[in-house]
Amino acid sequence: MSEVEVPAPLPRPAQPGLGSVLVGVFGGVLAVIRKDLLVEWRARAQVVALLGFAVVVLLLFSFAVGPDSMALARHAGGYLWLALLLSSTLLLARSMQNEVESGALEGLLLVPVPAASIFYGKALANTVLLVLVALVALPVDLAITGAAIVSPGVAVAVVVLGAAGVAAPGTFYAALTARVAGRQLLLPLLLFPLIVPALLGAVKATTLAMTGDPMGQVPSWLTLLLAFDLIYWSLCGLLFEKVVEA
Amino acid sequence: MTSRSYVAGAALSAIGFALLVVAHYLGLFVAPREAMMGDVGRILYVHVPTAWGALLFYLGAFVAAIGSLWSGRRGWDAATTAMVEVGTVMTFLLLVQGSLWARPTWGTYWTWDPRLTTSAVLAAAFGVVLLLRRLIDQPARRATATAVATIVAFVDVPIVYFSVKWWNSLHQPVSSRQTIDSPMMQPLLIAAVAVLLLGIGLSVLRWRVELARLLAEEAAPDLPDAPAPLDLSGASGAPRG
Repeated sequence: MSEVEVPAPLPRPAQPGLGSVLVGVFGGVLAVIRKDLLVEWRARAQVVALLGFAVVVLLLFSFAVGPDSMALARHAGGYLWLALLLSSTLLLARSMQNEVESGALEGLLLVPVPAASIFYGKALANTVLLVLVALVALPVDLAITGAAIVSPGVAVAVVVLGAAGVAAPGTFYAALTARVAGRQLLLPLLLFPLIVPALLGAVKATTLAMTGDPMGQVPSWLTLLLAFDLIYWSLCGLLFEKVVEA
Repeated sequence: MTSRSYVAGAALSAIGFALLVVAHYLGLFVAPREAMMGDVGRILYVHVPTAWGALLFYLGAFVAAIGSLWSGRRGWDAATTAMVEVGTVMTFLLLVQGSLWARPTWGTYWTWDPRLTTSAVLAAAFGVVLLLRRLIDQPARRATATAVATIVAFVDVPIVYFSVKWWNSLHQPVSSRQTIDSPMMQPLLIAAVAVLLLGIGLSVLRWRVELARLLAEEAAPDLPDAPAPLDLSGASGAPRG
């Protein structure tokens, strides 16, 4: 019942060719995703608490704005992303805290895969969890504000790209601050200014998915999100090794 | 090394400051009044050089951060910190000057302008780097964290700028030779050189202090281990309560 599932050791030939290196990298990424999601599943009360937090934040926004249904519907996209952003720091900090406590990170680093695959595994797991939070928060947001999704395809794309945009720098900064005193404050302080562009793009595109897009602006905001994701998924993957080695 | 860098830093700062006085004398009393904005427009001579300087010193910090990450040497780490600090001070000055200029000309202290917003985001992003640095005790980890956070923050500069630019823009186009008349150009260029020299001088002085601090930290003996917590449970391990 309480048996810990250890991912199978990865093969490491004496002279690794390109193929086996790729298998090792992707295998490592998949193993870390599986491990992180399994940890979250085993502690699912925490995930439920996180979902509850996002919902409560949404409720607070609607109370703060008051019963003005026009204003609520107009800003529904903004509320959704602020709720996601505030929940994300809790999620990201915990995902890295799990590694640092009891020295799990040292164990992970001993696995013969590049440190970058640990980063990509954790960032992808965090993306999945953030999308899950969004899937719960979005219906609540729509119910509270009275907004409706006009183009579901755009909404899905924004949620995935936006979650990825928060997860990559978020996982990276969570690793950077995991052992620093005052990390609960430092993580959002580092993360929030950085992801202003992603937030702008996500809020704009979500609002357009709710109100319709007569001017055809959605593609440029999605492109902005995609560019942000590409830049930070590459840069953070590149620098992650330095951060965990220090 | 130390005394020479001190003299160089102090001399550059002094020359920069003197040039700043000259530039502002020219800007305030000699240069013609700006046709649309009147005397308010004279803030240009301090605002534009500050903006150039802030970006330039962030660029310098970015290069130093790469050097620090690459070589792991203290000198680069101290240089990164020095230039992030100078850049952050300039960004805060920039925000204050910009607000003072915006109020009489645009009628508001704050708007959703790309350069204004980018400056605010920059001040926050680089300010936090300095905060992060204060909170890490272990030297190698601190150097890595500083370098990495500086690189990540600098890469954000163009992305923030273009993302906000797609919102509405109110700011006048970037000042250059084409947009500024020659009698106004002279004090502006002098002020730009002055801010550059002052910034370099301050960076050198700040670099010295930081390097001395890092060396002193290394030379200092380790703190004694914390005393073991009192064991109240009893040595025999008898159950409590």
